[in-house]
Amino acid sequence: MSGLEHLRADFPVLQREIGGKPVHFLDSAASSQKPTSVLEAMDDFYRCCYANVHRGAYALSAESTERYEAARSRVASFINASDPTQVAFARGATSALNLIAHGWGGEHLRPGDRVLLTEMEHHANLVPWQMVAARTGARLDFVPLTDDYRLDLEALEEKLDDDVAVVGVTGMSNVLGTIPPIPRIAEAARSVGALLVVDGAQLVPHQPVDVQTLGADFLVFSAHKMLGPTGIGALWGRPERLEEMEPYEGGGEMIADVQLHTSTWAAIPHRFEAGTPPIAEAVGFAAAVDYLDKVGMDQVAAHDADLTAYALELLADIPHVTVYGPADVDARGGVISFTMADVHPHDLATILDQQGVSVRAGHHCAKPLMRRLCVPATARASFYVYNTRTDVDALVDALGVASRIFGVG
Amino acid sequence: MSLEELYREVILDHYRNPRHRKPLDRADAHAEGVNPLCGDEVTVELAVTDGRISDVAAIGQGCSISQSSASMMTDAILGKTVEEVRDLIQRFKAMMDIDHEADLGLDPDRPGAVLGDLEALQGVRRYPVRIKCANLPWTTLAQALDQLSAS
Repeated sequence: MSGLEHLRADFPVLQREIGGKPVHFLDSAASSQKPTSVLEAMDDFYRCCYANVHRGAYALSAESTERYEAARSRVASFINASDPTQVAFARGATSALNLIAHGWGGEHLRPGDRVLLTEMEHHANLVPWQMVAARTGARLDFVPLTDDYRLDLEALEEKLDDDVAVVGVTGMSNVLGTIPPIPRIAEAARSVGALLVVDGAQLVPHQPVDVQTLGADFLVFSAHKMLGPTGIGALWGRPERLEEMEPYEGGGEMIADVQLHTSTWAAIPHRFEAGTPPIAEAVGFAAAVDYLDKVGMDQVAAHDADLTAYALELLADIPHVTVYGPADVDARGGVISFTMADVHPHDLATILDQQGVSVRAGHHCAKPLMRRLCVPATARASFYVYNTRTDVDALVDALGVASRIFGVG
Repeated sequence: MSLEELYREVILDHYRNPRHRKPLDRADAHAEGVNPLCGDEVTVELAVTDGRISDVAAIGQGCSISQSSASMMTDAILGKTVEEVRDLIQRFKAMMDIDHEADLGLDPDRPGAVLGDLEALQGVRRYPVRIKCANLPWTTLAQALDQLSAS
């Protein structure tokens, strides 16, 4: 037990009952629930000081701008960025990865360059690179997984040569839970002069991350997976990399000057924030990282590890359950993909739902990884600060029901 | 409604022992259906002789609802005329319609049962997110029939 059991009370949704059963919410890898403090921060902001940001001469706009920029500073300090201008707000990790692929890759990739990704990337860190490769003549290459679901670092080092312009890797697999050693990958990428892009959508919500020691050039993450609202995420970049990147969207807010035929861009990071930004969402994002820092990211990670170890131990005892992911809790986060005999994951999810257990079933936006695992889909349980061992027990009991209905075992 | 009523024995039997799963040597129509969100896939092949379905195949992968629906569908349409099959599609879709008011009953053996084993799928109506699974083979079948009329 990790001692965070009291946090559940902070999450209004989790106080509900559905069909007379408590909510055992095990789908935080898709999106997390929100604590009262985040909901109140956004509500208070709309009630007290909302107006559009930047260039407003009146008090409300000045206050709103101040709150928006304070949120940027807060998110920057959460990942220990040395300056808030290194953080651009985006709609989420997906749009931030698109910005990097199109804005940096589209500008700098040349025919013959290679973009080295991994077999376990979410579609968000794959499809934008496919689009940019088609446009620039760059080629995509992939680091395979080992049979114990880790990134094959030897293969990575073999594939790294001077043609590799970009290395893109997830900080934590949204399917396997695998956490690859980013500092080691960063060192290897740096040795061939390649840019390192880390998809932190799963990593940043669950592990302490310090961009000053991570070694990445870019790190992206979404607020909604870390107790914050939907519609906002962050892109952190090294200042020189941000300067090399072209804006992906043009419009208001992102310009220095506009003529009829040409424009010049605002300074970083505002040149990447065309249009009215998600202002209240930024305020909510800041409240979310406040909450996480108050708990302590080391405690968050320890809590995930405790639940993961507990779940892996219990799942191992259920006949015909196969878990896809590293067995070692030090090399993984709290995302557990599994199948049960010939029961299709969608059927499992329906049966589990009837027992009050919310899990995701499907390809988890990682179809190439599903093919690599030779399964059409998996069921996936994922944990966060508000989960307890009771949720894991409910999952195990519900799998017993599925086993009985399908006559497994 | 209990899970046992959703996952009736006949559904699990068709899921585990799907009928007519072998691709046809000669198909007059071939249609592929997929639910991109959940990944369920069904391919339907038809051979038609003298206006009747003389052979059929449904090949695919996915959950027990989509795959048993496909298997039961092949049993149900074999030997029927194209018009009868179109009528059956209508009746099946009506049965799966969440707004359908009539209680069609759950016993496939009751007097007047029109869809036979297929009526076992009625339980799916209580699980709205799964209705598209049951409908997938039928939508694909309708596409295959459209090919026949086009050619």
